[in-house]
Amino acid sequence: MLIIMNKTQRHLHHKEFQETFHYHEKNRAVGESKTPDTREIKIVRKVLDVNDTIAKENRNLFAEKGVFVLNVMSSPGSGKTSILEKLLSRIVKKVRSAVIVGDICTSNDADRLSRFGAPAVQINTDAFGGDCHLAAHVIKSALGNFNLDDVDLLIVENLGNLVCPAEFDMGEDLRVVVLSVTEGEDKPIKYPLMFRVCDVALLNKIDLLPHLDYSIKKAIENILQVNPSMAIFEISAKTEDGFDSWIDWLEQRVKGKFK
Amino acid sequence: MHEMGIAMEIVEIAIASIPQDMKNVKVEKVNLKVGKLTAIVPESLRFCFDIVSKDTPLCDATLHIEEIPLVIRCSDCQDEWTIDEPIFTCRACYGGSVNIVSGRELDIHSIEIVDEE
Repeated sequence: MLIIMNKTQRHLHHKEFQETFHYHEKNRAVGESKTPDTREIKIVRKVLDVNDTIAKENRNLFAEKGVFVLNVMSSPGSGKTSILEKLLSRIVKKVRSAVIVGDICTSNDADRLSRFGAPAVQINTDAFGGDCHLAAHVIKSALGNFNLDDVDLLIVENLGNLVCPAEFDMGEDLRVVVLSVTEGEDKPIKYPLMFRVCDVALLNKIDLLPHLDYSIKKAIENILQVNPSMAIFEISAKTEDGFDSWIDWLEQRVKGKFK
Repeated sequence: MHEMGIAMEIVEIAIASIPQDMKNVKVEKVNLKVGKLTAIVPESLRFCFDIVSKDTPLCDATLHIEEIPLVIRCSDCQDEWTIDEPIFTCRACYGGSVNIVSGRELDIHSIEIVDEE
């Protein structure tokens, strides 16, 4: 199954939520301080309050339905889709899975991921330069395409970007960052927020190491400097090296949520 | 890159915070608190804010951004300090279990308005 949602559908959903939200906000007392000409109205609210509220709703729904949610993030071209293809081919018979894929254009990734029998929904953020990340309301609207009672693992492939997706909670259980060995070893300290908010790092394309001047030791040191508790797996989506251990680790996490 | 969306949220929150009994309100200033460990570029945010605040009570408002330093605390030895580089190991006991005390804020703190009536 492959469903493509456009920006208008998602926007309408978001707008409806915001209108309700603002109705309540307007009816809430605000602290005010007066001066002769101007007055300061205290608000003290998170700018991403709406996103965080929807993320919380998503998280509650996932808990109720028994769904474990994975948010996979990286820069473009690090191998997210290839990793997910291999992941799905190995687990789809054991773990009932579903996929949401975000890209600015095309349904290429959802086409690739829908071959394994798990339903895949493609989100296109816009034809020419749309949103650079998936947010909680986008996930919420996409959920209508699945019967969550039949899903144990929901995999979200975020847009290729090491900056913005780190800022938006979607209600997920686990955040994965993919870093390929063709990128610099210093990516973790250049993009600390991303590596700080993630739980597991996949060092991908290790089959290319013989051809590169890349220090995997340095890359790991940099990851651990930003996030000392990060789980790290060295893998190759091409040869499937390292897949046994990272998938075992993932399955333990999925089982652990619903013990 | 997502500053446009952030600017839109700021405008929505600010407009919703204007008391309903006030007419012809002009917002002069929006006070934000932005932590050092957020994915926000102040200049981009100001640029986007100027675009999305057009034709709203915030059209002439300035965006005042207070940067909040990144402060971390070691959960083993309780040492607390400000960091300028992304090194999240304890400077005192070298432990890896540190929590962020501040520096992740992206808060709209207040708006300053002029009531023209």
